[in-house]
Amino acid sequence: MLHIENLHAQIEDKQILKGLNLEVKPGEVHAIMGPNGAGKSSLASVLSGRDNFEVTEGAVNFDGKGLLDMSPEDRAREGLFLAFQYPIEIPGVSNINFLRTALNEIRAYRKLPALDAKEFLKLSREKQKLVEFDAKLVNRSLNEGFSGGEKKRNEIFQLAMLDPKLSILDETDSGLDIDALRIVADGVNKLRSADKSFILITHYQRLLDYIVPDFVHVLYDGRIVKSGPKELALELEEKGYDWLKETLHEPAV
Amino acid sequence: MIQTQTTPLYDQLLSHFHPEKFSAAPRVMQLQAHGLESFKKTGFPTRRTEEWKYTPVGGFLRETYSLNGIDKQPALQPEWVAQAHIPGLDAIEIVLLNGVLQPIQSELPATVKVQTLSYALNDEKVQGFIGQNTALENAPFAALNTALFTDGLFIEIAPKAILEKPLHITHIYTAEHSRMLQPRHLVVVHPSAQITLIESTVRTEAGARVFINSVSEVVVEENASCDHYMIQSTNESAAIVNQVDVGQKRHSVYTSYTFAMPGAALIRNNLNVDLNAAETETHLYGLMVGRDKQLLDVHSFINHKEPNCQSNEIFKTILRDESNGVFSGKVFVHQEAQKTNAFQQNNSLLLSDKATVNAKPMLEIFADDVRCSHGATVGQLSREALFYLQSRGIGEAAARDLLVNAFAFEVTEKIKIPALEAYVNELIVGKGVDAVMA
Repeated sequence: MLHIENLHAQIEDKQILKGLNLEVKPGEVHAIMGPNGAGKSSLASVLSGRDNFEVTEGAVNFDGKGLLDMSPEDRAREGLFLAFQYPIEIPGVSNINFLRTALNEIRAYRKLPALDAKEFLKLSREKQKLVEFDAKLVNRSLNEGFSGGEKKRNEIFQLAMLDPKLSILDETDSGLDIDALRIVADGVNKLRSADKSFILITHYQRLLDYIVPDFVHVLYDGRIVKSGPKELALELEEKGYDWLKETLHEPAV
Repeated sequence: MIQTQTTPLYDQLLSHFHPEKFSAAPRVMQLQAHGLESFKKTGFPTRRTEEWKYTPVGGFLRETYSLNGIDKQPALQPEWVAQAHIPGLDAIEIVLLNGVLQPIQSELPATVKVQTLSYALNDEKVQGFIGQNTALENAPFAALNTALFTDGLFIEIAPKAILEKPLHITHIYTAEHSRMLQPRHLVVVHPSAQITLIESTVRTEAGARVFINSVSEVVVEENASCDHYMIQSTNESAAIVNQVDVGQKRHSVYTSYTFAMPGAALIRNNLNVDLNAAETETHLYGLMVGRDKQLLDVHSFINHKEPNCQSNEIFKTILRDESNGVFSGKVFVHQEAQKTNAFQQNNSLLLSDKATVNAKPMLEIFADDVRCSHGATVGQLSREALFYLQSRGIGEAAARDLLVNAFAFEVTEKIKIPALEAYVNELIVGKGVDAVMA
């Protein structure tokens, strides 16, 4: 589904990603961990098409198509979703109208008819329930005045509504208390299926207690330096990232 | 100091002027003479005129205009009226062609009088209302209008009458050759009456310049309420200077919504509200949406003369291409006007590198127990917000439209009629014009 090969990217003149490789197959959940500044969120930005990053080398193939040539909206229409680390507030754009516009643009791209108001409402109710998203928030301005937890839940609600093939959750656990974390994780677990994939970007192992990944990767200094089964996360938690830095001083990765 | 700018138009206007053109009614004649004197004192504004510093009108005044605008009226065409059609709006339709009232097709409630101003001015009571609140000093265009006006619209709503349906007034302007018009309107809302006015301005075809120099007076008596919408979406051949003079009495509420939309080469709105009694409420909401080389300007002036009055202003400007916006908001609080509560907000959104905006909030406060605040911002679309919307599959153009509408939301959400809100939202992003023409 997603194939990243030797990805190099920079912001202004600073090299952030330095030859990153990753393969995600349908139905898989990958966790990407790593210390601050390793390039985790940059990877999410580059994949979703944020324009302040410049890709200098490498290729990303998404379901048979070159991802890097696409506009951010086309990436979304092709089935990529980024749950933002810091979802922004947009006063004056109603949450529900925004979602309806988004969903119908995605459907139009896939040559599907637009959902009418009734069908949309039905779908929206269904997904609200699935991810335990408060109906009152649905009709408010986009994220305006939402608490940190409500914003993250709104990301998961949008994810449920837009039904992407590949979802990237960028530090969705940061700033969440344990109840909010459980709700977000439950939502994601309910959306897991044989043809949907997830990339969880996280600093802490905590999230992985709730969403159990198939693979754990360690991102360090712009590269994936270690990959393993879910137990790797526990090892990292126990030994800390310093352990990793030390082992990496021995060359050849 | 007398600083008269003499242009051919100025000379033409003065020679066009004959005292016998004044109204026969002494009260009105006096007013018109006063208008003429005031105009002669200032002449047309120049770049040195403080109130017109960022609004160069010289170019519009160098043209040659016919001043006898309404001698030969064309036959009213249905498609002209259709240009101002607001889908889904249930209203009483009133049409003016070049400032002259046309026969009204729909039935009017008995409590509402709609007449030509020239006819209404035969009534001494009506004579008492005109000019009551018109600021003529340092208001050259209003002074000119006062001196030269011949006709316009008169609306009167009886005491305690509550008009359920809004009056939708369509001003249609035609021209085979350039002309300058001086439409003059008067609205009297008697005590405890309520009315909603929606004014649309339409220019029928491109080509010859029409300079519309209009003055409307709105008298809002005790306990009365008036919602006043103005939608100016014409084309490049129109230049509009529009003064609205409002006088409010005790416990009255006046709310205006000014929408200066893409089209006219020049729109200058002067909104003057005199709070002539205590405990009034005033809301001025405005939106200017500029394209091409449009010059859009709103000057508001709220005159707090009496205690315990509230005023609230939100003006937003959205500028594309090489358009220019000017906002000036003056709030004057007299010494007597204790417990005044005045709020003013002005935000501008620049969508192009070549667009410019000049914003000038002015608070002059002579009372010591008041709450007055103002704020002005100028900004661009947030790249973060744009990316957020795009990352959900919304195309860039649609995402921009969403954000532009969101910027205008603080004003558009105040519109009390849903059909009108939808119409204005479409005009903001430019879809409405074609839809209306079709």
